Amino acid sequence: MGFKEKSFKKSLWVFHLSAGSCNNCDIEILDLLTPRYDIERFGMKLVGSVRHADVLLVTGIVTKKTLPRVLEVYEQAPKPIVVVAIGACPCTGGIFASGYNFAGPLDKVIPVDAYIPGCPPKPEAMLAGIVKLLNKK
Amino acid sequence: MAKEIFYFLIFPGLLFSGVIGGFLSWFDRKLTARVQFRQGPPLLQPLYDFVKLLAKETMIPKYGSPTTFLLSPVFALFGASLAAVFILLPALGIDGGFNGDLLVIIYVLNIPSVTYIIGALASGNPLAAVGASREMKLILSYELPFLLVLVSIIIKAGMTINLAEIVEYQVLHGAFIGSLSGIIGFITIIMCIQAKLGLVPFDMAEGEGEICDGIMIESSGTILAMYKFVKYIMLLILPALVCTLFMSGLSVSGINILWSVLKILGVVLLLTLIRNTNPRVRIKQAMRFFWIWMNLFAIISIVLAVFGL
Ligand code: SF4
Repeated sequence: MGFKEKSFKKSLWVFHLSAGSCNNCDIEILDLLTPRYDIERFGMKLVGSVRHADVLLVTGIVTKKTLPRVLEVYEQAPKPIVVVAIGACPCTGGIFASGYNFAGPLDKVIPVDAYIPGCPPKPEAMLAGIVKLLNKK
Repeated sequence: MAKEIFYFLIFPGLLFSGVIGGFLSWFDRKLTARVQFRQGPPLLQPLYDFVKLLAKETMIPKYGSPTTFLLSPVFALFGASLAAVFILLPALGIDGGFNGDLLVIIYVLNIPSVTYIIGALASGNPLAAVGASREMKLILSYELPFLLVLVSIIIKAGMTINLAEIVEYQVLHGAFIGSLSGIIGFITIIMCIQAKLGLVPFDMAEGEGEICDGIMIESSGTILAMYKFVKYIMLLILPALVCTLFMSGLSVSGINILWSVLKILGVVLLLTLIRNTNPRVRIKQAMRFFWIWMNLFAIISIVLAVFGL
């Protein structure tokens, strides 16, 4: 493993994209920043602009309204980018799968690298998912 | 000629101040984490961030002016390294500098902020434009008190505008921070530096909550890496300037090197604590704070300096 890959893994900047979630997953993501989980010790941090992102955390079913936005945000992200689907919604559609405005699931729209199911998933589950993803690469 | 290039590229300039500044930025993040009862990033984190950003794709915005957008970080880097050379050479006592270098430093220190504004405006992003306008207002507000504090320093040092002579004066007559006008000037300049570095009470140009990183919103990959490097350099040279002006320089002979390191770490510690115990203010509040209170402080410091206090 070269130093370039190592520094990529050690410094993941996370951009959070809500594609029509019920806001519960988003709150669980914010839990990761709290002293209890503290993802900054792995070098991860939340960034405000998608141009700085290395990881795209997508929550929520992709609705018909957010579909073009998700595509656009994905195109605006500098590659290489890792896409992680957080929660049952972007993985399968969850409880909204039969909704009239359901345009997902996420992997039909953009390539997804990791699925973290749960409604909402625990912060531990998200950390475990990211760790598995990094070990695979 | 070769000596100047070495000064600029390696020893006090680009490489040295970037590496030490990277360490200071780790120190800042680690302290922030400890203040919030977290563990904080590992020691090599600034290096990882920098290398990762270099390896990422650099995107050029569709609207706006690509050439200016690409050139502005280069100029920022240039200005920051130049300021590092001018400040660190007399501060470390390597070279005497020249008469009037304090005035040059004032101008050169502004280059990075101005290039942030130019780069942000060249990106053609409306949020970047909002950030740029805030940064512009911030420069207009902190620059006057900064100059006034320098005036009080010049008066105290017996009307000299040479950084090395200011250091010599302090070595002979005691550091300026020991006097009343020195303390008031120190408070003012710490606030100005907080704004110059864009740290929290005055980070409205980069408010990541409201305007998504503001002036940095469109920069990615290498461009962002260069801006990060500039920030590392600034995080070293501005505390170094404060130490030079108020705490009789950063001597590197013998045991004094320990004191110099402690001085720099102390100033960074102060900046970090201010950043962690304050909320972000609005640009209007920041302008009022600098124009009324900090100018008042700086003028009091000048008056006291004239009376020799
Ligand atoms: S997965 Fe569950 S908690 Fe998360 S957004 Fe969907 S419905 Fe809400």
